[in-house]
Amino acid sequence: MTATQKPRKRIRFSTVMDHIVLTLGALFMLVPMLMVFQLSTVPDAEIIQRGPSLNIGDQLDDNFVKAMFEASGFSGENTGVSMLINSFILGIGFAVGKIILGMMAAYAIVYFRLRFATLAFWAIFTTLLLPLEVRILPSYEIVQSLGMLNTYQGLIIPLIASATATFFFRQFFLSVPEELVAAARIDGAGPVKFFIDILVPLSRTMIAAMFIIMFVYGWNQYLWPTMITTEEDMYTLVRGIKQIIQVFEGTNLPEYGRGNLLALIAVIPPVLIVVFFQSWFVKGLTESDK
Amino acid sequence: MKRALFSNIWLPVALLLPQLVIIAVFFYWPAGYAVQSSFYLQDPFGFGSTFVGTGNYESLFRNNEYLKIANFTLWFTVIVTFFSLAIALILAVKADRVIRGAKTYRTLLMWVYAVAPPVAGFIAVIMFNQSWGPLTEFFALFGYRFQVGVNFNDTAFAMILTSIWKQVPVNFIFFLSGLQSIPRSVREAALIDNRSASGRFWTVTFPLLAPTGFFLLIINITYALFDTFGIVDTVVKGEPGNNPMTLVYKVYVDGFRGNDLGGSSAQSVVLMALVLALTFVQFRLVERRIHYT
Amino acid sequence: MAVVHFDAVQKIYPNGFEAVKPASFHIEDGEFVVLVGPSGCGKSTMLRMIAGLEDISDGVLQIGGRVVNDIDPADRDIAMVFQNYALYPHMSVRNNIGYGLKNRAVPRDVIAAKVEEAAKMLNLSDYLDRKPSQLSGGQRQRVAMGRAIVRDPALFLFDEPLSNLDAKLRNQMRIEIKALQRRLGVTSVYVTHDQVEAMTMADRIIVMNGGVIEQIGTPAEIYKTPASTFVASFMGAPPMNLLQVTREGAGLRLADQVLNIAAADIDETVTLGIRPEDIVPDPNGSLSIHVDIIEELGAHRLLHGRLEEQSITVHVPKDHDVTTGMSRFSMPLNAVSLFDAKSGRRLS
Ligand SMILES: Nc1ncnc2c1ncn2[C@@H]1O[C@H](COP(=O)(O)OP(=O)(O)O)[C@@H](O)[C@H]1O
Ligand SMILES: [Mg+2]
Repeated sequence: MTATQKPRKRIRFSTVMDHIVLTLGALFMLVPMLMVFQLSTVPDAEIIQRGPSLNIGDQLDDNFVKAMFEASGFSGENTGVSMLINSFILGIGFAVGKIILGMMAAYAIVYFRLRFATLAFWAIFTTLLLPLEVRILPSYEIVQSLGMLNTYQGLIIPLIASATATFFFRQFFLSVPEELVAAARIDGAGPVKFFIDILVPLSRTMIAAMFIIMFVYGWNQYLWPTMITTEEDMYTLVRGIKQIIQVFEGTNLPEYGRGNLLALIAVIPPVLIVVFFQSWFVKGLTESDK
Repeated sequence: MKRALFSNIWLPVALLLPQLVIIAVFFYWPAGYAVQSSFYLQDPFGFGSTFVGTGNYESLFRNNEYLKIANFTLWFTVIVTFFSLAIALILAVKADRVIRGAKTYRTLLMWVYAVAPPVAGFIAVIMFNQSWGPLTEFFALFGYRFQVGVNFNDTAFAMILTSIWKQVPVNFIFFLSGLQSIPRSVREAALIDNRSASGRFWTVTFPLLAPTGFFLLIINITYALFDTFGIVDTVVKGEPGNNPMTLVYKVYVDGFRGNDLGGSSAQSVVLMALVLALTFVQFRLVERRIHYT
Repeated sequence: MAVVHFDAVQKIYPNGFEAVKPASFHIEDGEFVVLVGPSGCGKSTMLRMIAGLEDISDGVLQIGGRVVNDIDPADRDIAMVFQNYALYPHMSVRNNIGYGLKNRAVPRDVIAAKVEEAAKMLNLSDYLDRKPSQLSGGQRQRVAMGRAIVRDPALFLFDEPLSNLDAKLRNQMRIEIKALQRRLGVTSVYVTHDQVEAMTMADRIIVMNGGVIEQIGTPAEIYKTPASTFVASFMGAPPMNLLQVTREGAGLRLADQVLNIAAADIDETVTLGIRPEDIVPDPNGSLSIHVDIIEELGAHRLLHGRLEEQSITVHVPKDHDVTTGMSRFSMPLNAVSLFDAKSGRRLS
């Protein structure tokens, strides 16, 4: 057999197409946000004249100072800093509360012989069916009658009243080999020790994944905070967005730079978390299946 | 479920109690309250209420505005669901195939997951700014004067586009993970059995993605119905007027702004029924028919 | 039917790892060639290059006289059986087997007939309407075989097709696959890490290690004259004894014995290889082996012991009486292989 000429490496047409489509998709996602960034770097007067452009200006620091420290609204207590703090309180409070309650409940359901376990199970998991949005008004009335308007409890606790985390941890606990309980009991560990020494360390990745998902979910809440917080010092960044837009509408020289930067700040923390902890986040999202 | 269980009695009760109290107070009570108030007509000034039976429901379904909003919500949901699923599927198939830059593409296509819907709406407001918005100028190139907040269809378009933009990443993540869970050897077997790439996609990849697709279908319908609230509210700038709106937004407008608790509750109950029906479909269809192993 | 020709075929993965060093060899028409080697040595990579599932980094691969480097898998006229079978989970057995034919625009009734025939051959006739998830491991394996057979390919490729089966089924399928290949006369490349499968099924064996082909030969050649210490220790259970010997005068010193082997132009020390069954008990023999353990295997016995400080295994018939402790053995010099102590290559 004679050695034939070495064939040249071919560049596949389909591979080129794949890259083109993916690049277009990435641009579709990215360009609007880049525009927001650009708008927060140029003087407001330039925006009013010619809108977004490719020009990156030097107003970022000025706008940052305005966005973070200059008060707005009627009460004058609504600075970027206070909104940022509220956003973190909501995001972290919601995530932590949900994870702790969820793990406790899931542990009780999976590892104990309970007479009313089935009932508790259904009572908890029915909450998966109805999002907060469909019972928003009565929830508001109840929070109001409990005197929790404009409080962090009123903001966070009703959002926790669903079983996503419980369901997620239940699935995970069920996948933990049951020999572990037997082994732990033989080693003399009671239920509390087993939970703290074995189950919690085993769940570390799951907890991290849940935390990311729940933090983003809490941070991005809009409807509930809109209803429950009427005092401006309770606003979160996301809650404050509408106010920014309404200010654009009313004034002669809208503070576009400041507004865009606030929108950017409202986006950066959750985006960074999702991007940096991507693998945990994706795992948590696709394995929880709801 | 056979487990070496612990047999304490009070510990599990103590563990469950916080969760149960919270859902009792903030889930069952409001849900029950919504059902109850839907049968009452509330005095607008808060002085008591009258039992009207199914009156709130009847007036709801005779109300032309409500039916119009329901109709819009239907179309909105169908379009948003279809396009965000289709775009995400195409991107996921490509992202699954490339080797060079795969991780970068994945990151660039999923980060929008973390953007809050009202921020997405905010971006739409900027993009469609009447005097200098880039998309307004784009349409002006074709001689069309795009007017978000004034023209019903233009506003609807902005809402839909934004809602799709916001939802593509979630679908992308799920489709990509679905694709990656198809055993490599099954795809290679298809590579040997079928020379046409589109043939392989429709006869092997697509059917194997069907469970993911069905799951996402429900997620997307729920998203379009409820989670787009922030987008709708910001795009109409809190001024519903004659603008398009979704059913959830209507619940909010009637109940919170219009103080019509009975009517708003009846609308809530209708939405609850809708969600329950969807869940039922999900259980029946997805669990039974479309699982292979 | 086809010949397969490798000309300096090389595989470098995108991460820079060279999984297959440039390899040249030839597979005859109708031949059953087994690629064998430890896990990670590049067998699957080699097979997947033949299938077209991996790009060839360099060199030329021909199947049936046609250069296939840039030909898509579906156009190479091959069929492949995967380790985990790779059945389409959403298709019935019937559709799984017929899928490749359907895509080649074969008429429906022809497909049906071929599928029935293959199913009969493989005892699958009763399961044609089941989904893969409703079959046992052995049945799935048969479906994978059926899918390959109906296609009438020029080349069969197998990647460890039996490694997920239990020992009994594996023995049975080994024989069936070999018989089927004989009957159909299709050129086959079969990858395994199991040297018993390699020895029993192959017309020729290719032994690989670390991306390099160590030896190509018939099972008998590989067994009798291994090309390296690696082949010697990998093929055969128990493996060939490898002992360090030093040159002494015109011969080689092994323990307290000088072997009369012409060793004029070799190094100071060499490695001597001898199969366990080539060492025979002999009261007058010159090898004194201290037997530590006697392994009773029914048909025969294995003695594990030491020759001075080097461990050694001896294979004796079942009726041969032995006790632990010192015994005498002898070995015929014509059964001895010599290897370079450093490179491990065979010294002819
Ligand atoms: N896609 C890949 N990228 C980099 N290295 C790989 C890839 N696939 C396999 N390898 C490496 O190539 C070597 C040979 O792999 P393989 O051919 O699968 O071995 P085996 O002989 O067990 O079938 C292994 O060391 C493996 O880690
Ligand atoms: Mg392998």
